[in-house]
Amino acid sequence: MMKVLASFLVGIVVLAVPVLAPPAFAQQGPLRIEITEGVIEPLPYAVPDFVPDSAAAADVGAQLARVIAADLSGTGLFREIPANAFISQISDFSAPVQYADWKAINAQALVAGAVNVSGSKLTVRFRIYDVFSGAELGNGLQFVGATDGWRRMAHKVADAVYSRITGEGGYFDSRVAFVSETGPKNDRRKRLAIMDYDGANVQYLTDSAALVLAPRFSPNGDRLLYTSYETGFPQIYVLDVGKVKRRVLDSPEGTMSFAPRFAPNGKTVVFSLSQGGNTDLYTLSIGSRKRHRLTSAPSIETAPSFSPDGQQIVFESDRSGTQQLYIMPAGGGEAQRISFGKGRYGTPVWSPRGDLIAFTKQNKGRFHIGVMRIDGSEERLLTASFLDEGPTWAPNGRVIMFTRESQGASGRASLYSVDITGRNLRPVRTPDGGSDPSWSPLQQ
Amino acid sequence: MSILGKVLTLCAVLAVSACTNATGYDDTNATNLNSGGIGEPGSASDPTSVAYFQQNVGDRILFAVDQSTLSDEGRTVLQGQADWLSTNTDYTAVIEGHADEQGTREYNLALGARRANAAREFLVSRGVAGSRLKVVSFGKERPIEICSDENCYAKNRRAVTILTGGLTG
Repeated sequence: MMKVLASFLVGIVVLAVPVLAPPAFAQQGPLRIEITEGVIEPLPYAVPDFVPDSAAAADVGAQLARVIAADLSGTGLFREIPANAFISQISDFSAPVQYADWKAINAQALVAGAVNVSGSKLTVRFRIYDVFSGAELGNGLQFVGATDGWRRMAHKVADAVYSRITGEGGYFDSRVAFVSETGPKNDRRKRLAIMDYDGANVQYLTDSAALVLAPRFSPNGDRLLYTSYETGFPQIYVLDVGKVKRRVLDSPEGTMSFAPRFAPNGKTVVFSLSQGGNTDLYTLSIGSRKRHRLTSAPSIETAPSFSPDGQQIVFESDRSGTQQLYIMPAGGGEAQRISFGKGRYGTPVWSPRGDLIAFTKQNKGRFHIGVMRIDGSEERLLTASFLDEGPTWAPNGRVIMFTRESQGASGRASLYSVDITGRNLRPVRTPDGGSDPSWSPLQQ
Repeated sequence: MSILGKVLTLCAVLAVSACTNATGYDDTNATNLNSGGIGEPGSASDPTSVAYFQQNVGDRILFAVDQSTLSDEGRTVLQGQADWLSTNTDYTAVIEGHADEQGTREYNLALGARRANAAREFLVSRGVAGSRLKVVSFGKERPIEICSDENCYAKNRRAVTILTGGLTG
């Protein structure tokens, strides 16, 4: 298993170079989706099978188009026009596009591509057309990589399409670390796993011998922090994703550590440490192993998350009597309460864009995933169920993934995603139950 | 479920001693177990055994929603544990704190830590050496009852004293 993972990561070398093409500047035209406005009508587009330059490339040409379409349509912002509606076919990547034929089927965007397989090397070229303007949208691009990395190349194409049409960063070429769950509630087995954001390429990183909780990606996606009961007591481990090697971060005698997260510098970890029944926040420098105490109150302080600039930490505390959200300077000090609505607030996570805090809210026996501005204003609940918790942000700060646990003796945990306007709630495919997702940054 | 039913369910989980007269619960079970005097080593009739501790002293106490305060029943059980541990000095213990599923994962870990520690502090105050008692929290990760209503939640909000060492391991 370790070998497979290592070769996968090493095998992916993706280069993006512009395809030599006439228009030297990006034309925005009317083809534009404003995500923040809460799109009601998805934008119709077509993505014909990528043109293979040999019989060997035919399958991958079709597969690329399917993954690109799954990415785009999966956002809820785009609607694919099926191939059986096409009037013209794309059989030559270099030939001029018959705009009238695509206009006739109301395809506002057209993604056309070509694929070359040479040994274990895959080359993907593509162009995006704004059909109603009758022009290309931006330059064509070319990606080169290993054939077994074809899904990543499809995600990169989809990211380019999404990004050019919405003006936002993409998020498809990303991974999700999570806890894979099997067994009934009273005998739940948990193991650490990682997969592509869409549920493909699942790899297990631990066995189920020890209970594991809440993996958290490093800022560049190379490491995971997580909590494991390997010693019988919860301790924080840091795992090298490529080598699948882990070590305990810190384990002072007589304490429990959990809820770790990296600082944006990737060198500092903020976490909760329980001692004598009291849970407070600490930071630890991974290099020097120097621990610094941030809070010292008899209340519970946990679930810390850094602001993207590393200057502040949002966390939850029951110092007011119930679980609420607070922000304090990264070095500790006076905290400002930011949650004031009805109910309890926990698991705050700072958006990668810095503008919002995602959280879990518990009110009247229901759980919600929500977002609020960093001053606590404009609270918006995105979901409601028996038990939703643990939001994680897509790299572009526009989509949230979280855990939903169903009720009762046969209750099961699964992953869901929802966009920050509360639309497009979707289950995320995992082989077994899934919880505690952590969304990676966009892959390099 | 009737109120009596609820009380009985609760008592089945709590130590036998804590429930003897309050509810008319009769401790035939405990009497029978002990009727033969010292029985098989390690069995529930051996008063130095883990099984005896679990069944006759009571290995767990329960908590109210989102609380870590000891109830009167809880204190009675813990007093029994303290007495037993003072006699059976070969044993050490890990006290596990648990929460029900109504709460977020991290908060429940912290809440379980409070509960385990509340039990530990009581035992220490009754003379059990702190060096014999470790605490661990499992938060909501290890429920014993799996329904999603108060009947189950009540049994899951617990601190359980797990013995280690001793003659029977």
